[in-house]
Amino acid sequence: MSSGLTGPAPDERPTPEGRRNAQGIRIDPEVEAEPATRRAVISVLVEHEPGVLSKVSGLFSRRQFNIESLTVGPTEDDSRARITVVTEESDPGIDQIEKQLRKQIPVISVKELPGDAINRELALVKVEAEHPDQVSAVAEMYDAKTVDACPETVTVEITGSRQKIRAAVETFERFGVREVTRTGTAALARGTESTTDDTTPRSTNQ
Amino acid sequence: MSERASTAPTDGATGETTPSDGESTAPDDAPARPRTGATSVVEALENAGVEYCFGVQGGAIMPVYDALYDSESVRHVTMAHEQGAAHAADAYGIVSGEPGVCMATSGPGATNLVTGIADASMDSDPVVALTGQVPTDFVGNDAFQETDTTGVTAPITKHNYFASGSDTVGDDVSEAFGLARSGRPGPTLVDLPKDVTQAETDREPGPPTTPDTYQVTERADPSAVREAADAIESANRPLLLVGGGVIKGDASDEVRRFATTYDLPVTTTMPAVGAFPEDHELALEMAGMHGTGYANMAITHTDCLVAVGCRFDDRLTGGIETFAPDAEVVHVDIDPAEISKNIEADYPLVGDAGTVVTQLDEAMRAAPETKKWRATCQQWKSEYPMDYATPEDEPLKPQFVVEAFDEATEDDAIVTTGVGQHQMWAVQYWTYTEPRTWVSSHGLGTMGYGLPAAIGAKVAAPDRQVVSFEGDGSFLMTMQELSVAVRENLDITVVVLNNEHIGMVRQWQDAFYDRRRMASEYHWCPDFATLAEGFGAKGISVAEYDDVADAITEALEYDGPAVLDCYIDPEENVYPMVPSGGDNGQFALEEGHL
Repeated sequence: MSSGLTGPAPDERPTPEGRRNAQGIRIDPEVEAEPATRRAVISVLVEHEPGVLSKVSGLFSRRQFNIESLTVGPTEDDSRARITVVTEESDPGIDQIEKQLRKQIPVISVKELPGDAINRELALVKVEAEHPDQVSAVAEMYDAKTVDACPETVTVEITGSRQKIRAAVETFERFGVREVTRTGTAALARGTESTTDDTTPRSTNQ
Repeated sequence: MSERASTAPTDGATGETTPSDGESTAPDDAPARPRTGATSVVEALENAGVEYCFGVQGGAIMPVYDALYDSESVRHVTMAHEQGAAHAADAYGIVSGEPGVCMATSGPGATNLVTGIADASMDSDPVVALTGQVPTDFVGNDAFQETDTTGVTAPITKHNYFASGSDTVGDDVSEAFGLARSGRPGPTLVDLPKDVTQAETDREPGPPTTPDTYQVTERADPSAVREAADAIESANRPLLLVGGGVIKGDASDEVRRFATTYDLPVTTTMPAVGAFPEDHELALEMAGMHGTGYANMAITHTDCLVAVGCRFDDRLTGGIETFAPDAEVVHVDIDPAEISKNIEADYPLVGDAGTVVTQLDEAMRAAPETKKWRATCQQWKSEYPMDYATPEDEPLKPQFVVEAFDEATEDDAIVTTGVGQHQMWAVQYWTYTEPRTWVSSHGLGTMGYGLPAAIGAKVAAPDRQVVSFEGDGSFLMTMQELSVAVRENLDITVVVLNNEHIGMVRQWQDAFYDRRRMASEYHWCPDFATLAEGFGAKGISVAEYDDVADAITEALEYDGPAVLDCYIDPEENVYPMVPSGGDNGQFALEEGHL
């Protein structure tokens, strides 16, 4: 016969001083150090085949990553599509998003675009047309184009950065905004820089 | 094993056919059968070297089974339920290292595979699942026995395919094999619409391959290896943490050599049990929620954690804040997404486990000074020994049964388990010394895994002893597979550690829910020995210490499946225990510590 598990009780055991934060990063235990979130624009080049978008978007939902916008469309190569994902996450979160995207078999390239990349979004805003001349003046301010008009409403098309579109919609609200639809961000790297990450093999990229 | 695929007509719940199927009974003098998409599927299996597949017949998969009828090399094991097929394939993959194959029809057949596929996904086991699908024209129409199988399984497969044509279906299957086994293994699935497998084609499938977009890094960056080696050399309390990737990557020898060359204490995760011999002086055995006290002390106090092929699951880490809080982490993994996912790696090394450990070995200039640290680990071993009380006036202790079986079996015997208390006793009180001898459901924690896994393991390794530990609750979930073990005359032993409870839940309810045993008491359990006899297996019951040895001998000597129903102490609990999200160093040795 034996006696069962023995040994010092939990509170009699030595305990290390160190701590990690929720991301598993070693931190000074005296200092709170949760990483701040930031906005990242990630461009994903994928094989143009059925189910790709669902694989990519499913990845975001099941891993609880926060998507601000996701756009997809064909590219210069018929066999490939480009997805632009805008996300708000901490650095470890963005890193994890990129790695998880790279693991998807139809994914060819994943690259976070630098801050100076060209980001554009399209919005259609249906505005009350009680004062059509004023609506037209505001539209001109934001370089917006009238694409439809009737006695009750004017619909304008605005292309530009997220901030510009937000500002335009806010301004139009003084007339009354009936409906808004926005495309989400499409982005390309500036100048000769490639939007496709073609320098690093997928699986060695950390 | 049966000589060939079962030819008896299947008419079970998943075996119905739609009126549109247009099946007819072929006369005996039928002309030569045309080459179809299904022929390509079977040729792809043959090209991949498949010897066995596990499955259940049904309407939409029938063309593939029909093609299988003619295969000389692929044998089909008909399971009682598709979940059993997936677990058997999973275990076959673990034991053999080659992808296990499971097959099912569309709709309920496919959804019944889901648990097993998810299980394989969580444990990175190589599995190829083939599912029937309604004809392409019916897809999306809610046709009879239709499910969006690729949609349902997308999050639980490494990759899946919807076969779009009879010319390409063979290559789809070949690619599924290539992907399942390469890099970080995992389950793949090919959904096979009936018109695709029925249509004629003259295209032959290519060998297993991976798509161009899939690239695996075998060797880690040399400068990163150099830095990691420096960190290990200068560590005072280095600890090797061996994960399941070491078994999947057949890197057990390299890891053993590395540990013994540099005298590094070794702990393992649960999937890695057997990767390092547990009777070795450097072995601290399993760490984590029900790991040994000494492994958890070591993992808490190490200053350099060398983790190979592990994903830092919460059952290993406990609370992230208190996990190896003083340690610099060297993390070797073939999947870059595992690096710094849960625990930040100070030294990330992407590559194959065996290759990178060898690289590290070559980069090491000196061994770290570990004498004092090893002495500390030995002291923890003597302070926190794994032991249990065996008062003679109390019911049988489950740990005693596990130890007695370990004594009575060969060193290379394979242990499979369900999930729960019995699983933990089976891992804690059996001394594992070889890789691929411990087959369990780790990440998903699937109750009922043990028996179908034992079937897959025995088919993969017919010359080795296979013992499946199950709890009464776990066994009830898939015990219908006993009929398969009997039909195939598989010499396996099922040990039911029967405490008439869903024991781990009962343990948690007692500890954390004021002993309110809601829905965890299984006093209505059937007599498993009698049931076993009903299935045509050997049934034995044991309740006394004095009878255990004879019962084990009788069960092991029986040529065929035997069920040993052990009435164990219903109040026995699993310790040590780190409460969920707790500090590994604060493991409880008894309920008073929780």
